Amino acid sequence: MMNHSQPQGADYNYTIVRQFALTTVLWGIVGMSVGVLIAAQLIWPQLNFETPWLTYSRLRPLHTNAVIFAFGTSALFATSYYIVQRTCQTKLFAPKLAAFTFWGWQAIILSAAISLPLGITSGKEYAELEWPIDIAITIVWVAYAVVFFGTIIKRTTSHIYVANWFFGAFIITVAVLHIVNSMAVPLTLTKSYSLYSGAVDAMVQWWYGHNAVGFLLTAGFLGMMYYFVPKQAGRPVYSYRLSIVHFWALIALYIWAGPHHLHYTALPDWTQSLGMVMSLILFAPSWGGMINGIMTLSGAWHKLRTDPILRFLVVSLSFYGMSTFEGPMMAIKTVNALSHYTDWTVGHVHSGALGWVAMVSIGSLYHLIPVLFSHGRMYSTNLINVHFWLATIGTVLYIVSMWISGVMQGLMWRAVNSDGTLTYSFVESLEASYPFYFVRFLGGVFFLTGMFLMAYNVFRTVKAPKDSLPAIAEAKAA
Amino acid sequence: MDYGTLRGIITIVVMVTFIGIFAWAYSSSRKKQFDDAANLVFSDEEQSPVANNSGEPK
Repeated sequence: MMNHSQPQGADYNYTIVRQFALTTVLWGIVGMSVGVLIAAQLIWPQLNFETPWLTYSRLRPLHTNAVIFAFGTSALFATSYYIVQRTCQTKLFAPKLAAFTFWGWQAIILSAAISLPLGITSGKEYAELEWPIDIAITIVWVAYAVVFFGTIIKRTTSHIYVANWFFGAFIITVAVLHIVNSMAVPLTLTKSYSLYSGAVDAMVQWWYGHNAVGFLLTAGFLGMMYYFVPKQAGRPVYSYRLSIVHFWALIALYIWAGPHHLHYTALPDWTQSLGMVMSLILFAPSWGGMINGIMTLSGAWHKLRTDPILRFLVVSLSFYGMSTFEGPMMAIKTVNALSHYTDWTVGHVHSGALGWVAMVSIGSLYHLIPVLFSHGRMYSTNLINVHFWLATIGTVLYIVSMWISGVMQGLMWRAVNSDGTLTYSFVESLEASYPFYFVRFLGGVFFLTGMFLMAYNVFRTVKAPKDSLPAIAEAKAA
Repeated sequence: MDYGTLRGIITIVVMVTFIGIFAWAYSSSRKKQFDDAANLVFSDEEQSPVANNSGEPK
């Protein structure tokens, strides 16, 4: 149907995409390794080696920052720069500024990797970095917005493809969230105090926190999904109209869901209920995206048998559907009364983070790497398949162990004797969690092992001689 | 205006906006436009999408 169009691959700026794609793999391994280490520390506390900068309290923010802002955001930079060029059929706007976003972002990652283990933190979850780094983030992010929207403005197509809408919403909202939540009074170079206090501080923090989930970890990765799922499946998205409706519904609703992190706190009761209701409604647009992605495969289901990349993408959507069902359910106040502060929350986060965010990024990268380095396919399809199973089994081990541990903790904490005293002490619930911590650790090791296979596969693909990795023919694949 | 009335009006405005977006997206006059838009992922390739599910044509 579009046979007449010109191949334009050579005209695109792939350098910046290559850089971000390769650092995604690197930071993925670093961030997940720290995750595995702190999971092990929960079982074997002596693994902190009595060293302050190896303690759980300092490595935990390093892990979250590394996987979200180094691994996840590098994947978003790579794919957004790639997709915006290809769907707008134009070269990236301001290539020097784009290069600045790469080196700037790497510098920010390194400063986080140094400052967090040193114990320099503003204490806000997922926004721990101190004010000088916060300012640097703002500058790089504005540059990112200029490059991205500049490319959209100079597009040669008339329509702006839906993936770019999701990336655009992600870039704008993350800027707003970051600037508002990071407002602080600096005391010294390494210490500042939030401009907000009390319940307002908590509300601003979780307005930021949940929308980091909604716009960075959801909208951005949905942008990725809307390009790579149709591309890998070889057919256009199931319903373009549904993508429009669920886009507007998703971005209009997410912004209200933050209060569900503060159920039964000093936050006004009506705000909690509002957050709960908005979180429940959020289920609809979330599943709109999930259904749209999965149904893109209708008529092409057989490809799942032979194509592990497509399997990565479809399973990521299944985990997305699962965690966006679980999320609204956990936002219900009575459910939250059981789940909050337990490992159930940790399991829920990783169902989204490993199952959705990481797997959709990995699938997209396996599609992207051969294109970027002018090959027809990855070095080894078998290794992709092994990686797929390691990632899936790792995620399942992780979330199932945390479900059981979390519900058990919730039940133990609320159990009371007939005279009104607590049945269990906190330490008793901790002891009961040990076996599940081990299973979680095992799940993490599985997932991390897959990432090492990926690094090897990517390395061999990048180093492969020209024309040595031809695309697998359709007839053979089917 | 009383606070409750204002909230009521906002609720209606948001609802009408949503129905408006829905009607706009699903109106039959835009079907072709959106079908073309959905194919934007393939439109900078040499071949038709069906021919290359594994990797890019170069």
